[in-house]
Amino acid sequence: MSQKPQVPAIEGWHTMAAKPHLIGTQCASCGTYFFPKQNDYCRNPQCDSTDFREVELSRTGQIWSYTNACYKPPAPFVANEPFEPYAIAAVQLEKEQMVVLGQVVEGVSVEDLKVGMSMELVLEALHETDDDIKVTWKWQPVAQ
Amino acid sequence: MSKEIAILGVGMHPWGKWGHNFVQYGVAAAREALEDAGVPWQDITYVSGGATIRNGYPGYVAGATFAQALGWQGAEVNTSYAACASGSQALAAARNKILAGECEVALVVGADTTPKGFLAPAGGYRPDDPDWVRFYLGITNPTYFALYARRRMDLYGDTLADFAAVKVKNSLAGSKNPRARYRKCFTAEDVAASAMVADPLRLMDICATSDGGAAMIVSSLEYARKIGKADAPRVAAISLVTPTFASSVVEMPDIATDSAAAEGVQAQAYRASLPVKAYEEAGIGPSDVDLAEVYDLSTALELDWIEDLQLAPRGEAAALLRAGDTALGGKIPVNVSGGLACFGEAVPAQALAQVCELTWQLRGQAGDRQVQGARVGITANQGLFGHGSSVVVKK
Repeated sequence: MSQKPQVPAIEGWHTMAAKPHLIGTQCASCGTYFFPKQNDYCRNPQCDSTDFREVELSRTGQIWSYTNACYKPPAPFVANEPFEPYAIAAVQLEKEQMVVLGQVVEGVSVEDLKVGMSMELVLEALHETDDDIKVTWKWQPVAQ
Repeated sequence: MSKEIAILGVGMHPWGKWGHNFVQYGVAAAREALEDAGVPWQDITYVSGGATIRNGYPGYVAGATFAQALGWQGAEVNTSYAACASGSQALAAARNKILAGECEVALVVGADTTPKGFLAPAGGYRPDDPDWVRFYLGITNPTYFALYARRRMDLYGDTLADFAAVKVKNSLAGSKNPRARYRKCFTAEDVAASAMVADPLRLMDICATSDGGAAMIVSSLEYARKIGKADAPRVAAISLVTPTFASSVVEMPDIATDSAAAEGVQAQAYRASLPVKAYEEAGIGPSDVDLAEVYDLSTALELDWIEDLQLAPRGEAAALLRAGDTALGGKIPVNVSGGLACFGEAVPAQALAQVCELTWQLRGQAGDRQVQGARVGITANQGLFGHGSSVVVKK
């Protein structure tokens, strides 16, 4: 196991806790959520607020759909050699009424997934650099 | 006052991987359209170009580039960039000019030269760019198509055989189209033997990118009568609507959908909203449609579009496909041109190519792929950043 420090692949998009949350914003006026964060204008056409608060999004939801990546994506993706396919899930968050994409944790394949299945947010390595391990959010089936 | 304009002539440079400058394809398509219309280039007073930024770099302002290549003659120009809907937006600009009485006859043209493989964003650390974010996280274009396809399987019971059947159907139609890039008749076994790209979609379920050019000459109805083409097919509607908040389907290049959590906000699907305005503007309904050209970026997406166009109830497009209703000779043929499956996408030309096909069909000039008695056709397409279009052409 590498001793390198773990740092977020994208700064400020999720907490680094054992039970991590995505960090979004919520419109202080109409309650619309945004991920990635939106701090300048509310995209609800019935709202012209410019006032937002940072919020942690629900860390569990249901699968809206899922797939995998059988081919190595181009840069800026950083692939391990040899490239190992990974699953991807789009997960519906109930309270926020939105769908968020993410990779599925290593070891879980499309055969293990189904629309409607409960998933939770975890952190896992996206890639390693000379100095650190870049981690990102991934979806993991909720243990039954 | 009629909001219709006449399509006097159409032309296309065959799709392929020719490796030439895009201007060449646009000029070839424009010349064919001019000849088809019987209108001299000198009489065109408005040139409306669909632009690509991805490859023909922004310096190539399409309308002016095509006008210069055809020979400056003082026409006014317009350039439209709207991702996959660029061609429709260019057509809409020409229509507006004609309906405003400021132009009698216009050239609309789009052409593209595309790169090989994945379309990738610029490098660096750029989390403000959704395209950079998704590629960094390992989410490519096929991811989105595959999510939609898988949802059909889990919700409606669509099968891999259904998706393959779309490819088989479109390749049979495309084999009869001399302008298509792929003219081989593929079998379900061919599809099943192709490599898995993004489960459940295989290489042959996903469209390629191509070089190509499409053009049309459009005019006022009065001008059409004047030159003896009163019976030319007409553009009866162009829908270019944006999504309505909250957009419920995760769309390329976004990592998340809108949130529908606010009071009074409903989650809404974008694709289904595009044809609604087109039907309304044309004063027709789905039952009036004789054929449709839809944006089959994947085989499964053709089935989504059939339902979005209300040609089948939600979840029942595969039943229509299995009955042969969407094939040539069926009740409602879809993508008789061969679709993107046989063309591959040439972004700023593709929406125009759809209209070209409808024009040939409505004139009864589609040869072996002719839909008998076709009088009304509709197109549908969708691209990045809330761009999409639906065009109704009728006799």
